[in-house]
Amino acid sequence: MSKFTESVVSEIKRDYIQKLLSQGSRIDGRSQNDFRKIEVIKNFIPRADGSALVKLGNTQVLVGVKIETGEPFPDTPNTGVLSTNAELVPLASPTFEAGPPGEEAIELARVVDRGIRESKAIDLERLVIKEGELVWIVFVDIHVLDYDGNLFDASALGSIIALKNSTVPASRFGQGEDFPLPIRHYPATTTFAKIGDKIVLDPNLDEENIAHSRLTITTDENGKINAIQKGLEGTFTKDEILNTIKVSIESGKYLRNTFILGDDSK
Amino acid sequence: MGGINKDIKLIDENGKRIDGRSFNELRPIKIEAGVLERADGSAYIEWGNNKIIAAVYGPREVYPKHMQDPSRAVLRARYNMAAFSVDERKKPGPDRRSIELSLVISNALSSVVLLEQFPRTAIDVFIEVLQADAGTRIAGLTAASVALADAGIPMKDLIVGCAAGKVDNTVVLDLNKEEDNYGQADLPVAIIPRTKEIVLFQMDGDMTFDEVEMGLNMAIDAALKVYELQKDALRRKYINLAQEDEQQ
Repeated sequence: MSKFTESVVSEIKRDYIQKLLSQGSRIDGRSQNDFRKIEVIKNFIPRADGSALVKLGNTQVLVGVKIETGEPFPDTPNTGVLSTNAELVPLASPTFEAGPPGEEAIELARVVDRGIRESKAIDLERLVIKEGELVWIVFVDIHVLDYDGNLFDASALGSIIALKNSTVPASRFGQGEDFPLPIRHYPATTTFAKIGDKIVLDPNLDEENIAHSRLTITTDENGKINAIQKGLEGTFTKDEILNTIKVSIESGKYLRNTFILGDDSK
Repeated sequence: MGGINKDIKLIDENGKRIDGRSFNELRPIKIEAGVLERADGSAYIEWGNNKIIAAVYGPREVYPKHMQDPSRAVLRARYNMAAFSVDERKKPGPDRRSIELSLVISNALSSVVLLEQFPRTAIDVFIEVLQADAGTRIAGLTAASVALADAGIPMKDLIVGCAAGKVDNTVVLDLNKEEDNYGQADLPVAIIPRTKEIVLFQMDGDMTFDEVEMGLNMAIDAALKVYELQKDALRRKYINLAQEDEQQ
């Protein structure tokens, strides 16, 4: 990645974006707490046990779920296993490189994983075949196709929608009839970028490139907070964090009602 | 939170926690600056049963070369757990957790180090967790910032932190290992103490808005107490050096 050329482009745009923000608008015409246009295609990959293609503005993320049998972890013999992985493949951006996941891909996967895990979205206790010996392992694989900012929200939304539409392929493993993956909660993840002293929801790539700090918050349908991750080198004040959490609870409702529970996805 | 919900009572009827602390009490903390010979700066911290050592090398040449930044130094923190630091032996080397923690610690330290003063160089921060007992990222970060000061690297301020969490439906400060394993939420926070700006903030578990607010307030207040211990450790080192000088 050529940091040098990137930062030159950013310097030129930085003033413009900041000027717009100080006037209360954004480079793509949105207001502070608007998402870009969201489009979801469920079951895009029929060969997967569940999948969703999410378009968040020009960002595209494909999430596939595969469910297999395997051994439980020794310290949790009576629950299934969730494993989340993210790949930033070089097809998606000139700044992505081939090879094993770097720290950014690992952070992305771990933040998405935390939202699903801590909200107890999947009823892992119902994924036990034989206690201590055989359980269902749910693999969530996040494949970034086009990186135009805010991979966190696109990936988290794709993950919960793919999970909600997943089938446990029991017959394929000789374990009886297939059944829907049991989902108990509907976590929604929202990400904010701080640029100057302004905080905006769903940063696009230009905004992300000049952001000082980032805050990703996952909330559930009861307004509980399940996961938070502050990113980048900048800072937040306590009040900024608390206000942003409040916005996140509301924005999460929109994602949940429209795309996760609602039928606004194909 | 990771663990299984066993029937363990973490807070008794008198509001005391399993190690006898009240809900907003820190574990005992000891910090020492300048503990390693070869490093440019170092610090050792004991925070409860955590034993963590941090070392700083640099500013020095960047390897691999393509990592260098013409406008400023790159600060790279590496959080690493010793194989014997936890109950069940940890496979040596970086795992996904330690890679994420290295990233958030690097970000937190970069917010105060005057990186622009050392373009094209690297400042390497190594955090070795020798014994782990919950709260290692914050204890490691707290030690690392003392090690940076000990190395004489210019900074706007130290970085200091503390975690809050939730156990038995109560918001408590500075979780120990049992509370971390069987509790309901963990909320590590690190700040720039002079401005109280937040540089590291993570949360996992299940909390209401009011609980997050309470945890954040408790963690910030506690971090300011730990800040005094950091400054004291740095002062002690120079008092000791001065005394050695006089004796010679």
